[in-house]
Amino acid sequence: MLEAVPTTEAYLMLSGTLFAIGLVGVIIRRNMITVLMAVELMMNAVNINLVAFSHRFASLEGQIFTIFIITVAAGEAAVGLAIIIQLYRLKSTINVDEARELNG
Amino acid sequence: MSPALVVFLVIGTIAVASSILVVAMRNPVHSALFLLLTFLCVAILFVMKGAEFVGAVQVLVYAGGIMVLFLFVVMLINVRHLPDERVLSNFWKGGLLVGLAVFLLFFTMVRPGVFHDPAASDQALRTTYTYRHRKVHQPDGAVVRKLIRRGKVVGNSEAVGMALYTDYLVPFEVASLFLLVAMIGAIVIGKRELSAIEEENIPAYMLERSETEHEVKEAMSA
Repeated sequence: MLEAVPTTEAYLMLSGTLFAIGLVGVIIRRNMITVLMAVELMMNAVNINLVAFSHRFASLEGQIFTIFIITVAAGEAAVGLAIIIQLYRLKSTINVDEARELNG
Repeated sequence: MSPALVVFLVIGTIAVASSILVVAMRNPVHSALFLLLTFLCVAILFVMKGAEFVGAVQVLVYAGGIMVLFLFVVMLINVRHLPDERVLSNFWKGGLLVGLAVFLLFFTMVRPGVFHDPAASDQALRTTYTYRHRKVHQPDGAVVRKLIRRGKVVGNSEAVGMALYTDYLVPFEVASLFLLVAMIGAIVIGKRELSAIEEENIPAYMLERSETEHEVKEAMSA
């Protein structure tokens, strides 16, 4: 049962739910922008995990890692969106199923 | 139920609902706005776990920076003029199945009471440590220098800043290098190749052409 204060397990369950939703989004969506948003959602779920454990073990390392993950997410979003724009210029579509030239 | 638990349940419900809507919305602008709501809810959850600085960074970087980037791209790509297409891919059933499996996996692994939460105290998350040598007089008269660690309770932001600039200085610098590389990469990838007509109109090309014409004229007249 949930106790008076939101426990680590409650945070982990929330984070697992968000991660699963993000994973579903990555798999089932065809719009590339939405796929990238779902990836950001998954990264956020991982951040919740790290912050919860940082509190549980009374250690700052989880928060430091979270900051680095946010950095990586920012770079990934920038490069990913640049790729999307270039794909749109090249093929006039951002449908992930259309970009299959490497499909052997 | 304690107020903290009520806040957690409300914010968590909003976060889950809006993240479902992120995935389910057809219009990317709506998805982006629900993603913003999810980010803000997660920032509140961070603050509740004693991570005030990370919560602020979450709002600044995600809600401020990444969302603007997403919305810019959505505006650049005219979604209405895209050919009509189905929202879901052909294997959406498999995707839902995988998501359900991962969810159940997490849910069975994270049973309540696994981690035996201690009495909640985020004092350690607000403490910076300073190290200094101190002379210690031994009983036998010898004087040795000992390294003494002293903790000082400050704010969470100061503690994180101290950790970033002392213990995690090298990763911090690597992160800045990573951001530089990502920026250059995004510029290079996103750069537009000029068409032939546009290339004829850039100043450098026009100058070069006039010089070539001049040289050809001189060679002809010589």
